[in-house]
Amino acid sequence: MKHYISKIYLALPFLLVWFPTYAIAQGGSGFSWGSYGLVAAAVIAVLGAVVVVSDNLLKVEAKRSGVDLKSSGGSSFSGINRLFKGSLPKYLSGQAVVELSKGYNIPLKGEIKEQKQIEEVHTKRYALQPPNYRGIRPIPKLEIEEGATVKAGDPVFYDKSNPDIKYASPISGEFVELQRGAKRAITNLVFLADKETEYREIPNFDIENQARADLKKHLMAYGCWPLLNKRPFDVIADPSEDPKNIFISTFDTAPLALDMNIAVDGREEDFQKGLDVLNKLTDGTVFLGLDGRNSTPPSKAFTDAEGVQKIYFRGPHPAGNVGVQIHHIEPLSTTDVVWTLDVQNVITLGGVFNQNKFIADRIIALVGAQVEEPTLIKTKVGASLNEILDSRLQEGDNRIINGNVLSGEKKEGDHMYLNASSNQITVIPEGDYYEPFGWLIPNKLRPTVSRTYPNFLIPGLKFKGDTNTHGEKRAFVVTGQYEKLLPMDIYVQHLMKAIMINDFERMEGLGISELSEEDVALAEFACTSKMPLQKLLREGLDYVKSQM
Amino acid sequence: MSNIAKNIKDRLEPKKGTLAHTAFDAFFTFLFAPNKTTSDGVHIRDGMDLKRTMVHVVIALQLCYIVGTYNIGHQHFTALGLHEGFFEAIHLKLAYGLIQLIPIFIVTHVVGLGIEFFYAFKKGHSVEEGFLVTGALIPLIMPPDIPLWILGLSVAFAVILGKEAFGGTGMNVLNIALLSRAFIFFAYPTTIAGDQVWVSGFETMAPGAEVTYNWFHTGFFNGIFEAVGWSLFEPGGTIIDGFTGATPLGLAYEGGWEAVTQVYSESQMLWGAIPGSIGETSKPAVLIGAAFILITGIASWRIMISMIIGAAGMAMIMNAWGASPFMQVPWYYQFYMGSFFFAMAFMATDPVSAASTNRGKLIYGLLIGAVGMIVRVWNPAYPEGWMLSILLLNVFAPLIDHYVLESNINKRLKRA
Repeated sequence: MKHYISKIYLALPFLLVWFPTYAIAQGGSGFSWGSYGLVAAAVIAVLGAVVVVSDNLLKVEAKRSGVDLKSSGGSSFSGINRLFKGSLPKYLSGQAVVELSKGYNIPLKGEIKEQKQIEEVHTKRYALQPPNYRGIRPIPKLEIEEGATVKAGDPVFYDKSNPDIKYASPISGEFVELQRGAKRAITNLVFLADKETEYREIPNFDIENQARADLKKHLMAYGCWPLLNKRPFDVIADPSEDPKNIFISTFDTAPLALDMNIAVDGREEDFQKGLDVLNKLTDGTVFLGLDGRNSTPPSKAFTDAEGVQKIYFRGPHPAGNVGVQIHHIEPLSTTDVVWTLDVQNVITLGGVFNQNKFIADRIIALVGAQVEEPTLIKTKVGASLNEILDSRLQEGDNRIINGNVLSGEKKEGDHMYLNASSNQITVIPEGDYYEPFGWLIPNKLRPTVSRTYPNFLIPGLKFKGDTNTHGEKRAFVVTGQYEKLLPMDIYVQHLMKAIMINDFERMEGLGISELSEEDVALAEFACTSKMPLQKLLREGLDYVKSQM
Repeated sequence: MSNIAKNIKDRLEPKKGTLAHTAFDAFFTFLFAPNKTTSDGVHIRDGMDLKRTMVHVVIALQLCYIVGTYNIGHQHFTALGLHEGFFEAIHLKLAYGLIQLIPIFIVTHVVGLGIEFFYAFKKGHSVEEGFLVTGALIPLIMPPDIPLWILGLSVAFAVILGKEAFGGTGMNVLNIALLSRAFIFFAYPTTIAGDQVWVSGFETMAPGAEVTYNWFHTGFFNGIFEAVGWSLFEPGGTIIDGFTGATPLGLAYEGGWEAVTQVYSESQMLWGAIPGSIGETSKPAVLIGAAFILITGIASWRIMISMIIGAAGMAMIMNAWGASPFMQVPWYYQFYMGSFFFAMAFMATDPVSAASTNRGKLIYGLLIGAVGMIVRVWNPAYPEGWMLSILLLNVFAPLIDHYVLESNINKRLKRA
């Protein structure tokens, strides 16, 4: 933004030349109060221009002399900005910090109040869900038959297009049921779990001395490969590619998100081991995006991690999204491939090498206005949500979301299972009601980024939030709305239009490969025209992928 | 309340696919926000929708409506040489203004909404809210004496050819309200240009012309005012000597700022007690509306600021040149005359027809300001330039966006 202003100022010299002439020429009777105001405005404009120009020169100078822009900015404004924003916490001094101002934190009710002990829940039924793994075919090939017993870490199925990548069972028990959805796609592979999980013994692997190709084979054979995601497209990584870099975001800024510092607590060694493995997989760098928003530093597991480059991020949601962090660390070109992982997946990966077991544990934040007592739960991938949520929810018509309210997946029915890579379960009320003149005089408070509601005047206000759409879908009318909510140099609305007309070159040029659904979710929330941006983006990504 | 709405819908909803259903749906969703819930995508949605966006612009226009109504009457009585003080005979001026304005408002909405409903039915989608704002803007940019059939024709032209032909709300290239005005401007120029049309109630604008009142003045309102003992409409009055009905811009074109100040004082021009289109004359009313849509974040400050800079810059260049009396008008006085602020606040900021990228908006506003000032000062045929410059830049807005997007694309391709 700042550089736009500087450009306006640079267009102003003529104002500086002509204004005084006429102001003086008009002196006396013609010189009214309005002119005084204009004189004042002109003086401010001149001063502003001088400051901005000199600041830009400073930055150029700083760049020349090789000052690290990320840490100091090289700008005399960083000091001024500090005055308004409050000083940086001590632990950030000397660190690489990226400050983002665009975005919005949706204040929702139902957060975890006090950090109590994590409750461990072991459900009777678990299910491995092939649709969780993006990029594989809808009907995978099973390795076992109904009635078979497995150990945690045993291969259960594989995708026919890549038979080497095994998808492993998170628990030990009996494979009891195969459930299918539309077009006979396999949705759930249901297991009856043993009381005590038995683990398959995974052989040792020497990361230091063995080759990368062997490491990849090891990962694929023992169920670790599906933990790796790649950008572009945000799908499961391709074993034939080596990533340019690997990015891990160690915090989540989404509404009511899980505190990753808790997730890593007690598994620090596994986390570090996971990072070591990842380092072996890329010739580039493993980047860690760290939470710089709080007054206290994040967990030692993150701040003291070795062999990685650490960048702190400050700002509202979506600052914690890995896509946003990639954009500010090293933006993707149209040909780059990078990998991304979620913290708990790094821990699972590390566990395989550290403890020789496939430990598919997940710490889950059970949150939302409809949860009786929001709490932290420790369970495993695929746990039955019906069992977990039993008697924990308030009465009423509830929306159960695997994930956060922005990009999570709706779960319903008698067969709800925890998705792979999930960090939270959110439960909010459904919004199936009519509201008289709801568009003009809302009958109850609702979250919004719009200043037509007085919400912005009352900081600290929290909302229940329901699933009512608060309006109907319309064509794009309002402009500039999405750009305010995505701290990336991407014209989201124009990208969406390019997707609608299947314009491949424009999609690519406007940066579709840098985005994933979670990045545009906040813009979708705020969209005045109620456009389904996430769905559109996935259609565009699928289209681009099919053209490659 | 939710149950009442459900009952109404269950009992009264006409069969789908009929014009009656389209109309029912439009009114029902106006009365009750629908009970739709989110599916595939985000699970909660912002409280903001298009209806709310549009209605906030309409709210911002209300002050213009009030002052505009009043000014129709004020100009009328000024021509008669009666009640010349700004706050004299408020009831008569408001009553006179309402008699002129209400038919204009009704015709605009009947024609515009009628077409909108029909096309929504034809295309099988719900009625979109675009006309809420267009319908509120059109009466404000018309002269008070505009013949209603011409108005109806222009609204139909603008809505059908300007909007529906392109695909409805959100798809139009040109600003609909300005398009309807431009239609009258070129098809029936004598009803919307010159010195003759800005003061209402007379056949011709020559001194001695007799006032024309109808039953609403002499029957309806005089009856009410007589009952409460207030002053009345008096038939038989004539235009006083020396009154021409010329606008400040017309005067400035002939004789520069001095010619203007001989007829109108600065405060008259500021507060809007001058002849002009219905809603644009009062600067404070417009600016309060502008502040409202800026604070609520509905209009783009980029367009407004850059438009002021563009107009001021061009006026300064003209000052420097100074070849004609109009060009010598000090640049800051240019803002006292004409409808610059109304065009800036409500016309240029229309998000559909304006540039859609942030950088594009700055260029767009700057060019509107500069081109509009050129049309105003250098063109003898058009006394005011904003309508034409905004329509011109509406056409160029996609081109501006194109170059902004290309630079973004090139930046990304260079990374490879």
